[in-house]
Amino acid sequence: MLEFGTQFALVMLAAAVLVAVVRLVRGPTLPDRVVAQDLIGILVVGLIVVLAASTGVHATLDAAIVIALIAFVATIAYATYVEKGHPE
Amino acid sequence: MTEVATGILWMVGSSFAFLAALGVLRMPDVFTRMQASTKASTLGLACFLIGAGLQLADLGSIIRLLSIGAFTLVTTPVSAHLIARAAYRADIPLWDGTVLDERREALERAQANGQPEVG
Repeated sequence: MLEFGTQFALVMLAAAVLVAVVRLVRGPTLPDRVVAQDLIGILVVGLIVVLAASTGVHATLDAAIVIALIAFVATIAYATYVEKGHPE
Repeated sequence: MTEVATGILWMVGSSFAFLAALGVLRMPDVFTRMQASTKASTLGLACFLIGAGLQLADLGSIIRLLSIGAFTLVTTPVSAHLIARAAYRADIPLWDGTVLDERREALERAQANGQPEVG
């Protein structure tokens, strides 16, 4: 059950990242890309958490924390940039 | 027992995560895409964290997982609000089917009453 759940979760997360990348490339505006980038950050955190728990290497959880922090700061920076009048 | 629970939680969580990505791809404008992304992805991440907490039962991992969860639950609404506000102020067009735009109405009312533009 755990084996199947891990495989299923990893495949679904990889598919979700691919779908989000399609939106990241297609745009059409900068806020669309920022939303996609924010979602990719959260999906990668989920991917790392699943990998850490299934392999038992819990040191990688630190990487998940750092990615969550950086994704938040990047989103704030993009929001400020868009608000100053660069919608493309 | 915990293995079955973890497997089910991870399958549910990854389904939520995939639905979030599908919503971001298929929804018609920035604001609807954002609500699909934020709600489903926080729910999905919560399922992943609980499932991982059942597998990694030592104190250090539990604290790390809890801090990831608390941080995500606090920051996701903040960043979604900031992008939505920035997109609205940058005049990103709303979807044609939008039925309610209260801020536009408030701005028009303020203009009709001769008040200076707010915020």
